[in-house]
Amino acid sequence: MAASIFQGELVSLVREDPEIFAKNFSRWGRDSEFIRLLDNDPARLVSVRTAKQWFEKDLEKDTLDEAFFIIHTLETDQSVGFVGLGEISWNHGEAWVGIGIGERAYWGKGYGTDAMRIILWYAFTELNLHRVSLGVFEYNPRAIRSYEKAGFVHEGRNRKQVLRDGKRWDEVHMGVLRGEWEKIYECCK
Amino acid sequence: MDISTQLFEGKLICLAPIDHEKDPEIESKWTHDPDYLRMLSTKPARPLSPAQVKKKYEAVEKEMDESHSNFYFTIRAHPDERLVGFIKIYWVEWTNGNGFVELGIGDPNDRGHGYGSEALHLVLRYVFAELNLYRLSVVVPEYNQPALHLFTKAGFVEEVRRREALQRDGRYWDAIHLGLLREEWETQLKGT
Repeated sequence: MAASIFQGELVSLVREDPEIFAKNFSRWGRDSEFIRLLDNDPARLVSVRTAKQWFEKDLEKDTLDEAFFIIHTLETDQSVGFVGLGEISWNHGEAWVGIGIGERAYWGKGYGTDAMRIILWYAFTELNLHRVSLGVFEYNPRAIRSYEKAGFVHEGRNRKQVLRDGKRWDEVHMGVLRGEWEKIYECCK
Repeated sequence: MDISTQLFEGKLICLAPIDHEKDPEIESKWTHDPDYLRMLSTKPARPLSPAQVKKKYEAVEKEMDESHSNFYFTIRAHPDERLVGFIKIYWVEWTNGNGFVELGIGDPNDRGHGYGSEALHLVLRYVFAELNLYRLSVVVPEYNQPALHLFTKAGFVEEVRRREALQRDGRYWDAIHLGLLREEWETQLKGT
């Protein structure tokens, strides 16, 4: 692992001010494919102003229930997406992870997987969690492949959870336990 | 089953609104039983005073009013409509037609009498024939066998196991997700 726990091989995780993130987020959100891969709320367009207000509210919260980061490339220090742990359950040692690479040019090149490896490292060695969970739609095989590479195991699927383009799709659930992650880390060291 | 078939009336129980005067005392007693809390919730068990329960009810009704994604019912036993539990639908996603259900029978002496089963039966009709959802999910801790039995009997199918997602009494337990689809519920109805 690199000297900083927030740095991987391709990207680093940083915090950005609301106005900077709001501009990117609003622009990324105009790519409907991106937004429909990201979650199951109806796709909608968000102005820079509204996005900025959301993220300013997050500033006030500053709780320990989540850990949210912007993904920067090491090469050009450009913002390409975000990753975060949410719904952290301290009494059980579980968190949910969400990730999005908004810049299409960086899809399928390992940037997301690298960011996921950093956040798992953070979850298991700094937050000392026991497991990390995620949900992903079956129409997003690129993400599923990336999660498998980062160490996630398939745990089942909510049948026909999402209705899009007139078709029903499963939500695939994956999880990684600290013990499983430690074994992967050992062999990568 | 048609428009004259009552949605909220069963043989043993009925579904009714919250009674803000009388219910808080009763639910406060339930929350002093750690088993009840741990069967229902993954949050650290924490008893509530009647005033705290009252506040919770106000929050529940405010959310029902504003979000349109929550539906909360008390379960009351005939003939005197004594409060025995609650059942709620939450996280409804209208575009995808899905939601989650949660059910609790408060007093251990009221469990095993079919109250929960009948309440769930009524709510399934409400979910599929009034809200017109397509699927309903429930998440149950592995150690809550009575709940797993209840939902399986009602036709729910195990879909996901979040391995070791819960830590209680010094060991890990899975969180089990079950789901029921509209067509499965309809097939069941035809069979009865």
